Amino acid sequence: MTGIVQLMLVFLIACAIAVCVSRNLLTSVIIYMSYSMVMSIVWIVMESPDLAITEAAVGAGITSLLFFLTLKKIHAIDARNEVRARHAKELEQRGAEGGQSHEE
Amino acid sequence: MKNKERPEGLLRARSRMRQFLDSSDEALDARMADAQTQPAASDCPPVDVEYRRMIEEEMQEEQEVAARMKAWNERRGDRLGRGAYCALCVLACTAMIALFLLLVASLPEYGSADHPVNNEVSARYIESGLQETGAVNIVTGMILDYRAFDTLGESSVLFTAAMVVLLLLRLDADSQAYSPLARAIRQSPHSDTFYEPHHDVILQYTARILVPLVLLLGIYVVLNGHLSPGGGFSGGAIMGAALVIYVTAFGFDSIRRFFTYKTYQRVVLCALLTYAFSKCYSFYTGANGIHSVIPLGTPGAILSSGLILVLNICVGFIVTCTMYAFYALFRKGEL
Repeated sequence: MTGIVQLMLVFLIACAIAVCVSRNLLTSVIIYMSYSMVMSIVWIVMESPDLAITEAAVGAGITSLLFFLTLKKIHAIDARNEVRARHAKELEQRGAEGGQSHEE
Repeated sequence: MKNKERPEGLLRARSRMRQFLDSSDEALDARMADAQTQPAASDCPPVDVEYRRMIEEEMQEEQEVAARMKAWNERRGDRLGRGAYCALCVLACTAMIALFLLLVASLPEYGSADHPVNNEVSARYIESGLQETGAVNIVTGMILDYRAFDTLGESSVLFTAAMVVLLLLRLDADSQAYSPLARAIRQSPHSDTFYEPHHDVILQYTARILVPLVLLLGIYVVLNGHLSPGGGFSGGAIMGAALVIYVTAFGFDSIRRFFTYKTYQRVVLCALLTYAFSKCYSFYTGANGIHSVIPLGTPGAILSSGLILVLNICVGFIVTCTMYAFYALFRKGEL
């Protein structure tokens, strides 16, 4: 049992570092969600189920939802971003191909 | 090799895709708006040219500010200074981390007998909590009886936070000063809700199964707060999550049939006042040595532990409404 708890604590530290390091804000929020889920399991192991319920409902649920909505408000999650990224990639490819572009 | 064998249709689709990708933002917006098959967007009147121009001016201004920021940032691009700044940052961070770890290492061991939290206060809670509060769940007995005043403060903080979010994010449709711009922003393709699917069948079927279950779990957690783990706050958060799922699947129009801004105001006000008055009563009786008329009941029964059940329900209502209000205000700017 202690082995699992220590594994989870190591996972928590790794998550905390990954949240800071990751460049994509959406990735950060999802890592934060998994942090909260593991944290709630740790609370159960430490015999505080009250905190575990609150952590799962508020930490993993509502807070991440509000983060998602904020990211959407600032257009960090945007349906057009994907299209734009593909567009940029396409342009890059065309640039790499140079003069020998096919007629399509 | 592969290119030669490609059928004609695929080539045409590819060129159309390329055309689509080459087109400007405006054309993209128009195409994506066409692809959506929601009745709401096609019913709404076209955005006025005037407001569109205002929005575009604002966006241009924003871009100018961003360009100036970038230029300013590059102006101070002294390489030596930047290196020193980075080194100082790393040094400061390392010092803070070392200090923090040193302090944590000097804390007493987790679960040890001579831990400072093992004093006479917690001994009293454990020994006579059940007789004095009637709550089987000792945590609820603590936070809603011994420390109920703290919980009243917490509920008020939540209420204040919701009020501030309301103040900052609410787009008042009736206001003279803001309504045209607010309406234009909401309907323009730059609004973040413009591309949302309006009648998602998968989401609606899932919500039909999930919402009653989640709501029931929330009610269970609130009502059994004094018997099992949980209580007003966690149960309220679960119920708020159920409301959020409902509104995501069925839209704001269907939730307004039973939950409007007025409902929010009334429910939260009533819950806060009930909490405050019931706590006033128990403070009054406790301070004057009067025996409270509210029976504690048999421990373990659902109708037991005096006022704790009432307080749990109040906190549950406040948290449910606040969580939903946060979601609605963040998402749409109104309740």
